[in-house]
Amino acid sequence: KILVGWEMEHGSINDVKSGTFSLADEDHTLANSIRFTLNQDPRVTLCGYSIPHPTDAKVNIRVQTTGDPAKEVFKDALQDLIFMCGHVRETFDEAVDKCRKSNSGNAMDITP
Amino acid sequence: MSCITSEAPPPKPKISALDMPDVPMGRLPPHLERQRTRVLCNSDAPTHTESVLSSGAYASMELDNSGLLGHFKDNFEVDVIRLNEDEMEFDMIGIDASVANAFRRILIAEVPTMAIEKVLIANNTSVVQDEVLAHRLGLIPIKVDPRVFDYISENDTPNEKNTIVFKLHVRCTHGRLTVKSDELQWLPHGSGFLVETENPQLIQKSGSKTYTSFGRSQAEMSDFESNPIGPKHEDIIIAKLGTGQEIELEAHAVKGMGKTHAKWSPVATAWYRMLPEVELLEDVEDVLAEELKQKCPVKVFDIEDTLEGKKKAFVANPRACTLCRECIRGEEWQKRVALRRVKDHFIFTIESTGALPPEVLFTEAVKILEDKCERVLSELS
Repeated sequence: KILVGWEMEHGSINDVKSGTFSLADEDHTLANSIRFTLNQDPRVTLCGYSIPHPTDAKVNIRVQTTGDPAKEVFKDALQDLIFMCGHVRETFDEAVDKCRKSNSGNAMDITP
Repeated sequence: MSCITSEAPPPKPKISALDMPDVPMGRLPPHLERQRTRVLCNSDAPTHTESVLSSGAYASMELDNSGLLGHFKDNFEVDVIRLNEDEMEFDMIGIDASVANAFRRILIAEVPTMAIEKVLIANNTSVVQDEVLAHRLGLIPIKVDPRVFDYISENDTPNEKNTIVFKLHVRCTHGRLTVKSDELQWLPHGSGFLVETENPQLIQKSGSKTYTSFGRSQAEMSDFESNPIGPKHEDIIIAKLGTGQEIELEAHAVKGMGKTHAKWSPVATAWYRMLPEVELLEDVEDVLAEELKQKCPVKVFDIEDTLEGKKKAFVANPRACTLCRECIRGEEWQKRVALRRVKDHFIFTIESTGALPPEVLFTEAVKILEDKCERVLSELS
């Protein structure tokens, strides 16, 4: 077990291909999104998350890979999610600008 | 029978059992594509509700389901349908339910706002009890950008960067008086109530202390001069007073998140639904077409005249469908109408309570998800 701040990684030192990451102060919000991005990665054979008890804000994320260290794959999934969020923000801002421009011609109630 | 020996027959080309000419490799056949991208809303229960996430799910068809990020970038779209000061409706296409739900959860519980937390009551002779009055004050939405303020913890002193102070002093002289939220006065210089000490020498030495220590007036911060801080709605009824009853109190508003208490939630609510898809599996004509048009309470179907002079039903407005399933009630109708939902097309509606405009709220929610990931990343490395 390696205790790193709020996050704990459970796994054997000999077997880097799989591990369970225990995140504190997290819930379905982050865990389900990470599970999605992990699944998109072809190196992952198994991924899932569980919440041991609903009153404790802890979530366990299990990752098993085809050979790469689980920690690296997990980190890559987090990077992918960050990239996705950035792209969502950009696209959203563009769409809002477009809506405003097209409505400034008509008299709709829009805050500038 | 004599064997005619000749050269060995030419080796037959090896054909893989999976190499079928009428199965398109690299693409899914239509029924599987439908299973992958649509929720089938049948009359008893919806099917195929889970999204097919695994990257190797369709490996035998040589279809890479990994949804690589380039793929996401090309296919992701946002369309804003309606945008007001207080609410917005927009479509997100090409994203998965888990991320859309994450945004919804963050909007409701983790985008911070300012709300009244501590109420110092000097005088309350009304019929509304102290705690009920304080509870009601906490629920009043305050029109101020919470990003300008810091969080306050137990040991911090309330100062101009983490507290907003309001004063309420009303007295009913005759009849009935309704106390509305416009009576809440913003005090940009901080608390007006003096802290009582038993030591008069302390007051002589360092001057009388109030409950907050504002270094400078909040009116100088940001653009509070032109936009004074106050409740979003001026007509929220706080209490009702009878003759001779009086309320004198000071309310301190601090920054918090919906997770701790719903008063800090920046949205009245935020929700999404998947885009409905209605398909007529057979031609529905004449009497049946009329019946179908009448059945739908939200006018999804309409009738057009065909060239032969018959009336045919068509799907006019699938987006309005509320999935009441009235059009598939009965055995025969289930064969004629198919009700589905598109798994990656979300119609998001955000109703803001007023602290921040809805488009800013959504951007903040996405930023918060990014911050969560960064936090985990920094702890992993």
